[in-house]
Parts: sequence; C-alpha cells; structure tokens
Amino acid sequence: MALDKPYLGIPGTTVFDAEQARRGYPLNSFCMSLMKADNRARFKANERAYLDEWPMSEEQKQAVLARDYNRMIASGGNIYFLAKIFSTDGLSFQYAAATMTGMSQEQYAQMMLSGGRAPEAKP
Amino acid sequence: MARVTAGVTTSHVPAIGAAIDLGKTQEPYWAPAFAGYEFSRRWIAANRPDVVFLVYNDHMSAFGPDLTPTFAIGCAPEFAPADEGWGPRPVPTVIGHPELAAHIAQSLIQSDFDLTVVNKMDVDHGLTVPLSLMFGQPERWPCRVIPFPVNVVLYPPPSGMRCWRLGQALRQAIASFDEDLKVQVWGTGGMSHQLQGTRAGLINRDFDQRFMDELIDHPERLAQLPHLDYVRDAGSEGIELVMWLIMRGALGARVRTVHRFYHVPASNTALGHLILEDLP
Repeated sequence: MALDKPYLGIPGTTVFDAEQARRGYPLNSFCMSLMKADNRARFKANERAYLDEWPMSEEQKQAVLARDYNRMIASGGNIYFLAKIFSTDGLSFQYAAATMTGMSQEQYAQMMLSGGRAPEAKP
Repeated sequence: MARVTAGVTTSHVPAIGAAIDLGKTQEPYWAPAFAGYEFSRRWIAANRPDVVFLVYNDHMSAFGPDLTPTFAIGCAPEFAPADEGWGPRPVPTVIGHPELAAHIAQSLIQSDFDLTVVNKMDVDHGLTVPLSLMFGQPERWPCRVIPFPVNVVLYPPPSGMRCWRLGQALRQAIASFDEDLKVQVWGTGGMSHQLQGTRAGLINRDFDQRFMDELIDHPERLAQLPHLDYVRDAGSEGIELVMWLIMRGALGARVRTVHRFYHVPASNTALGHLILEDLP
C-alpha cells in the first residue's frame, strides 16, 4: 500500500522525504565534499570537471552550474546540503532563498523586514 | 544528585552567528534581535549551569547523505566547530561531559529511546549560535555541553509527542546521576521559516505565538500537533520546533516564564526565545 503523503499538496514546497533523498544522494554527496577547503578550490577552478567526478545526473549537474536552486531541489537536493554551494560562492541563505522566489534580493529582504511572506499568500 | 534547573529555547539562524563573529550586533538591522538576549546574558551569569544539554539539529555538517540518525548524543570529551562551507566559526571548542552523556545514553536507551552514540563529531551553527547568543564571545565556553542532534531535515522527523516524552525520560536520567550538577536543557531551532521553493520567506506570527503559549501551559496538547501542520503553517524548516518539546518535557508540569522574546526577521526566520523554570 502506498504511503500517505499529504505534504505533497503544500504549494511552493518540496518536502525532503526518503524518495527525494534517494534521488538526491549523488547531488547531496557532492555538496558535502565542499566542506573541505581543498575541494572548494578545485570546484571553483573547474566546476564542470569537478562535477564530472560525481555520479550525478546531467540535470543535477546543469542545475548546479546554473545555480538554479529550485531545479536542484526538484532533483533531490535539500537546502542544508545546497548551502555548501552558496557558501562556497560566498553567498547567504537569504540570497539563495530570494533566488528561489523569483524576487530580487532587495525585494525579498524588504518582504522579510515587513514581516515575511504571509502564510495565506499564494507563492 | 544532578538536576534540571531551567529550560531555554532559541532559534539558531546562521546569520546570527555571522553577525556576532563580524561585530555587527549593534547595526540597525541586528540591534533589535540582540536586545532580546541582554536579559538572558545577565540571567545566565547569575544562574550558571554546570552542563547544558543542547538539543539542536545538525545541518548536514557532521551527518549527511550517508548517515542520518533520528536522535544522537555526543559522548566525546570535546567537539570542534564545523566547517559549513565558509570555514569554521571563530568560537571556542565545545567541551563535553562524557560521564553524564554516557549515563544519559544508557538511561534513555533503557527507556526505549534508541539513541545513536557519537564519539567523534563537529558541531555546526545549530549548536554554536545558541551558545553565542547566551554567553557572548568568551575565550572558552563557561560550562560543559552535551550535544543532542535530532534529525529534522530528512522527513519525517520524530513526532512532537516522541520529543516531549523523550524530554520526560531525560529529566529522569539526569536526576539519577550521582554527581551534584546543575543542568539546563536547551531546545533550539525554529521558529516559522521556509528556506526553499517559491514559498521561501514564510513567517507565521500567530502560529509562533500560539506555539509558545501552548509550550508553556499545554505541552501535552501541543505534542499532538501533526507534522503536516508544522510544514504547512510554520514552513518546511519550521518543523525544527519539535525540538523545543524535548526541553519542555524535561521540565515539570507547571513552569514559570522567566523571559520571552520574539522578533522578525533574523534573515529568513522568526526569532523566538524562552527561558522557563519549574514552579515548585
């Protein structure tokens, strides 16, 4: 019998469940490697060559190269792994979050200063 | 005998750690957030614990895609700050309490909570930001710390009820340790926030305030809140709040609110903070 997954209906939200974790395993493993300074340097020197060392899907690699965090999450990434990528880029959680909403970073920061996205608002 | 002397909860946003480390706490953006901890610094200086049992989540720093324990307990003599991608935070090494940790591990496992025992682990912002908020920037942390990482990243995390009951068993475990120790239990993470997808930036003040009210006065009722409600109403990362129930379970049935603080925003997150003590 299939598991009940009521969270699949929450708009604008991908829950990192066992199914997503299975799909994202190579992508998230690559992210973990960026916790070492030597690996960050090698990645920055040649991103494509570094990505090719990992058994990631082409979709996952393209999403990383494009820094498209929504695509990375759709292909099994989770924000706490992906944080290693934007940290390597010297960028913040707020920067990454803003890119996923389609807002500019300034618009997003202003929304947060104004109290954040209302829970009933459509994403 | 060891005893639980107080409970503390706080959010553990990484940008808060960066603000402290880079000397930005008095800047207009951050000053109102840090103002909420001024009382807490004075309070903890006057109510210094011997040990903090620190419930937090590892943000895939010590654990990762290879290994994700639901409940883990740090039994090592010390824990280094993790390199989360921008180098380790410039904070002191965390000194553990291996004897008390081993005692708690054995006691909790015998109470049917199947912990993962960890003897080598780096600790990330989830653990070090609460220490910085409460203790500032000392040369060394003024007490021992037992790290207690809870999985809230890989869905499903443990239920609120499981966390609350674990807190109750933790209180018993601490009370059965022979050495005379003052132990505080801290529950960290939350409050409402979502760091992913087109709904990123979600904040729900009503949920957060109700959560704090219920945590203080009706924790057993709050413990029944399903995961779906956290994710839907407090955001995909708001589910970290189940960890606050471990703190509350470790306190008695009736508590006194020593301090309560709430501020939006801290980067992407609603910042919530409580200090609770048992009522006699």
